[in-house]
Amino acid sequence: MSDNNGRFGSYGGRFVPETVMPALLELEDSYRKLKDDGEFQSEVAFYFREYAGRPTKLYYAANLTRHYGRGDIYLKREDLLHTGAHKINNALGQALLARRMGKQRIVAETGAGQHGVACATVAALFGLKCCVFMGAEDMERQALNVFRMRLLGTEVVPVTSGSGTLKDATSEAIRYWVTHIQDTHYIIGSVVGPHPYPMLVRDFQAVIGQEVERQIADAGANLKYVIACVGGGSNAMGIFYQFRDNRSVTKIGVEAAGKGLATGEHAASLTNGRPGVLHGSLSYLRQDNEGQVIPAYSISAGLDYPGVGPEHSYFKDTGRVIYTAVTDEQALAAFERLARLEGIIPALESSHALAYLEQLMPETTSGQAVVVCLSGRGDKDVQMVANVLGGLE
Amino acid sequence: MNIAEKLGSLKASGRKGLIIYVTAGCPDYSTTLQAVKAAAEAGADLVEIGLPFSDPMADGPVIQQAATQALAAGATVGKALELITLLQQQTSIPLAVMTYYNIVLQFGIERFAESFAGAGISGLIIPDLPIEEAAAVEPACRQAGIDLIKFIAPTTTPERIKTICRQASGFLYCISSTGVTGVRQTDYNQIAPLLAAVRRETDLPLAIGFGIGGPEAACQAAKHADAVIVGSAVMDRLLHGSLANVQELIYSIRQALDKECDRQ
Repeated sequence: MSDNNGRFGSYGGRFVPETVMPALLELEDSYRKLKDDGEFQSEVAFYFREYAGRPTKLYYAANLTRHYGRGDIYLKREDLLHTGAHKINNALGQALLARRMGKQRIVAETGAGQHGVACATVAALFGLKCCVFMGAEDMERQALNVFRMRLLGTEVVPVTSGSGTLKDATSEAIRYWVTHIQDTHYIIGSVVGPHPYPMLVRDFQAVIGQEVERQIADAGANLKYVIACVGGGSNAMGIFYQFRDNRSVTKIGVEAAGKGLATGEHAASLTNGRPGVLHGSLSYLRQDNEGQVIPAYSISAGLDYPGVGPEHSYFKDTGRVIYTAVTDEQALAAFERLARLEGIIPALESSHALAYLEQLMPETTSGQAVVVCLSGRGDKDVQMVANVLGGLE
Repeated sequence: MNIAEKLGSLKASGRKGLIIYVTAGCPDYSTTLQAVKAAAEAGADLVEIGLPFSDPMADGPVIQQAATQALAAGATVGKALELITLLQQQTSIPLAVMTYYNIVLQFGIERFAESFAGAGISGLIIPDLPIEEAAAVEPACRQAGIDLIKFIAPTTTPERIKTICRQASGFLYCISSTGVTGVRQTDYNQIAPLLAAVRRETDLPLAIGFGIGGPEAACQAAKHADAVIVGSAVMDRLLHGSLANVQELIYSIRQALDKECDRQ
């Protein structure tokens, strides 16, 4: 739990222009009131259940389990949610919050487009105007999601500054927010940004881990490992949070090592970064000696962010969670493996978590349960993977 | 002469202050050096030296482009420090440093404050450091004898104005409208009540920044404040024009503030 200044240990905080501060204070105040408001909570629960499709299944992956021949592998199926990823949890929660605060407009940033699609969806549902910033490079990589957002009535604004990816889209979304601060709510897509965002995004995503705990108990399984991919880290925080003080469950966050940590072309800020300030909070960050942010790289547009949520930094330093990284190549292999063995095409983001099974499973023994957060489905990545693997002739 | 003394003496003599912003190392350090000297000659009262950051969230396209260009040309904190040392030898204009928090943090907060104070700056401006986070930097600034400049925005509540004014020194940087830096049409009368509220809380000079592109806007803004800050318009001329254009702009604003504003 963060303190009043939004600190997780030394991480977090509110490093934003003064223009934004009153809006952050208002947001925090509204959220703290609504957090304990039964009516608001049941409204959130209603939309989670009836609209998004919660609870999601905890699927026992029998073929994948047989493939490794050790512990039991379960997949937390966030890919089965409406719009195809865990992002809808946070988008629904924040849109309901924005509505209570009387905001008419939504601004958001998106990398792979899943958060953008989730925001466009809730904006349509609740009749809010929505503007999504997306890196020009990501718009190319994720053309299908761009089309989906526009179909839902959202304005998608290409960002060409900097590296033209998620980092720059986030900066542009903040600039837009600063300009339209009076009537606009900024739905940050991950557990990043200034306080109270890391806290409130985590709270809306924590439902993932809460469900896993119940479902594992119902299955009578012996939970030993929870694995999730980490870009900004919202699905990972969502599944880890419930088990944060449970020492008998090992939590593993998998970052994108891109072309390899040694090449410098990766997005592994926890594995290979150091504390710094970007987009309003202090956290592990990919940066040079001068403090200039190094653009991240990953085959997955949803992971190529040079920062990470501040609570993850705290979990790393306190040893609550182990953070590691896998390459594009390992993630692609895992992508194909799940498709072939289970008939499930995972998002490239989730494929990073799946790839870590290669290292973990030989360490497990029969009767130990491993839960992988399948954060989203891979439809959006099929074209991208086909380009790499040469699958579309 | 430090910032407060300089702006204070202007205020006492009934003149409006003119603060100019330049990005250090854009397009190169020699141009920055010339630009600061040109600004001083044209009548600027204080120059903000901007240390570029890769992700300047409070800045609009022009200053963002200037930062990107400076970094591509190899700008570093160390070189900015050398530039300021040279400037102190060649001009007497008070200087402040404007940069983002991560740059200060990575250099080392105390080392940053000490080094730049030693080179002769009298103020530090960090747009992504609200008062809630200022405690990390304030003691180092106080120790080094420089002012950590505080911001007031159109969204700042009366309660915050009080708190900010209690902690302020040097001058108050009053943002003219919500949004990022960049020249734009602004109705400065709209922020008159905000500035009046700030005045009730402090005797420090008030400077208006964001959006001022020329003499006319400067005069409009100066009606409500003690000084005006011009940044994007200067950098636009440096990026797409010449030093002569920069000097011309500053001179025209100086002239307007000194002579013509009263007649408008």
